[in-house]
Amino acid sequence: MSLLEVEDLAIHFGGVKAVDGVSFSVAPGEVFSIIGPNGAGKSTIFNLISRIYKPTRGTIRFDGTEITGFQAHQVAPLGIARTFQNIELFDHSTVLDNLLMGRHTHRSTNFVQDMLFLPAVRRAERAHRRRVEEVMEFLELEAYREKMIAGLPYGVRKVVEIGRALAVGPKLILLDEPASGLSVEESQDVAFWIEDMRRDMGLTVLMVEHDMRLVAQVSDRVLAVANGKPLAQGTPSQVKADPGVQAAYLGTEVAQ
Amino acid sequence: MKVIFKTSYDRDIDLHKDVWSRGRIAALVAVMAALPFLVGEYYLAEATNTLIWALAGMGLMLLVGHSGQVSLGHAAFLAIGAYTDSALMNIGLPFVVTFPAAALAAGLFGALVAIPAVRMSGIYLAIATLALFVIVEEMIIILEPITGGVGGIQAPAIEIAGISFDRYGHLDHFYWLCLTVVVAVTWAYANLLRSPTGRSFLAVRDSEVSARALGINVTRTRALAFGLSCAMTGLAGALMGHYIAFFNYELFSVFISINLLLVVTIGGLGFIQGAFFGAILITAVPQLIAILRGAARDSLGVDIGGMPGLDTMLFAMILVGFIIYEPTGLYGRWLKTKVWFELFPLARRDMFRRQKSYLKTERQK
Ligand SMILES: Nc1ncnc2c1ncn2[C@@H]1O[C@H](COP(=O)(O)OP(=O)(O)O)[C@@H](O)[C@H]1O
Ligand SMILES: [Mg+2]
Repeated sequence: MSLLEVEDLAIHFGGVKAVDGVSFSVAPGEVFSIIGPNGAGKSTIFNLISRIYKPTRGTIRFDGTEITGFQAHQVAPLGIARTFQNIELFDHSTVLDNLLMGRHTHRSTNFVQDMLFLPAVRRAERAHRRRVEEVMEFLELEAYREKMIAGLPYGVRKVVEIGRALAVGPKLILLDEPASGLSVEESQDVAFWIEDMRRDMGLTVLMVEHDMRLVAQVSDRVLAVANGKPLAQGTPSQVKADPGVQAAYLGTEVAQ
Repeated sequence: MKVIFKTSYDRDIDLHKDVWSRGRIAALVAVMAALPFLVGEYYLAEATNTLIWALAGMGLMLLVGHSGQVSLGHAAFLAIGAYTDSALMNIGLPFVVTFPAAALAAGLFGALVAIPAVRMSGIYLAIATLALFVIVEEMIIILEPITGGVGGIQAPAIEIAGISFDRYGHLDHFYWLCLTVVVAVTWAYANLLRSPTGRSFLAVRDSEVSARALGINVTRTRALAFGLSCAMTGLAGALMGHYIAFFNYELFSVFISINLLLVVTIGGLGFIQGAFFGAILITAVPQLIAILRGAARDSLGVDIGGMPGLDTMLFAMILVGFIIYEPTGLYGRWLKTKVWFELFPLARRDMFRRQKSYLKTERQK
């Protein structure tokens, strides 16, 4: 059974058919990538899954639950976490606090308990902290623990955002261009992390990425989209060899 | 420079990072508690006023500084607190009941109006809160049997367990009462900020889309922040009523709302301490002007007493100055000065220059 099932998904912004009839399903433990030229509708697919946008048509099912009518904040508790293409961190908080904010779905105390800082709050804080420290160790973020996001280099912020998503403790993680703007070494780290997420954490990964090397290295299956429509789906090499995909990518890295 | 070696997560969870910071706060509270023995009636009354302003300032700080919403109508919640407390006392309820009731009334009313209002942002929210203020002001005048209408209302003398906290008879007691409330609220506020609730406020403030993706219900979080902010402001209002002793709707003018905004902006947005710095400034400036006036009259023979609006103009000038030259407020300035001394002589001139942020194109709402 698949973990995520997207069927005939479509959204129109005025006349722009940003996504138009996209279907795919992601099996548990799979790394599934969506590729396509700029403006193809990849980020929009993510925004539809995380319910920031309301689809014009189609359904999204996660883990047996239809989430098409859910509100955005109801998605994370099911076990879906994400990153954003243009990094959406809490800029005026530290790395540690950003990751702790990722623990929101696991909070066990209410605001009255919090104000009085009852023992239950301290216990919960310790537990959140232990979990967040594990994530920081995994992504080697310890050196930045107390640093404000606003002063961090771009590459570190990208990793912090992955960390915040991992702190949610999701079943499915959506990564929107995790390697864009990163150096070759940093991209390689991302590739290793994705493999570890799948192997050691049992995570399912849905990724949008331009770096075809990274896509080919980590993905089980790939979906290519252009102008909001699906072009091809299959293993990385199948998709790369698809004539429609090559045409859409003419002059870009896939064609080389 | 001080380096703290952390040995357990509790070091980060605790309110104070080391015994020095704990000691400093304890010393400050001790000095504050001893104030009635150190200064005369006049300055004690001023200190009481400053405490009440700091309390109201904390209320607005939670809203503006920590949840990123603006309110031009916070005087309305001061008024709700003051009238709830005094009206209930006037029908015979004791202060220990009416005081929490003032917080509850202001808080619930705030949370209720927040639910539609929090969907707005920026200027729209500012206008909505201003409109709300006008409505509350009208309500006060209409509800004459309870509020005394235009004539006003008497805030009865406070008595708890047989001890009088009358503002005129026992100013020292009233001062201690205000101090206790301020210390308790500050403690609760600081607790809030180190717990999931406070983090959800900051999350909503800094990136709504991320907050939602992390499972934070933005509407509910904002309404909670609004309610808590109004509850704190309601407490301040109740105390303000007793401080003034006899008041009508004019006590809670729109200028009070604006002054409160000045308190949090000049004090330093996003820091509890900022509310205190701001409150000190806002209560000290009129004193300063009075002294200047006296000096100008005595030495120069110029009478500037006849210039109304001088305070407001001075405040406005200070505010503009801060927004341009020190957007982090007095507290930010204080932090920088502290770091400069800690690092001396290593401090560099451009140490605090803001880093250029990457462009957030395509940033989602
Ligand atoms: N909120 C929106 N309003 C209008 N048009 C949008 C919106 N979001 C995305 N689009 C349009 O949808 C198309 C796909 O965008 P996007 O999903 O960001 O592409 P990409 O594949 O590069 O991630 C683009 O033409 C974009 O302009
Ligand atoms: Mg995109």
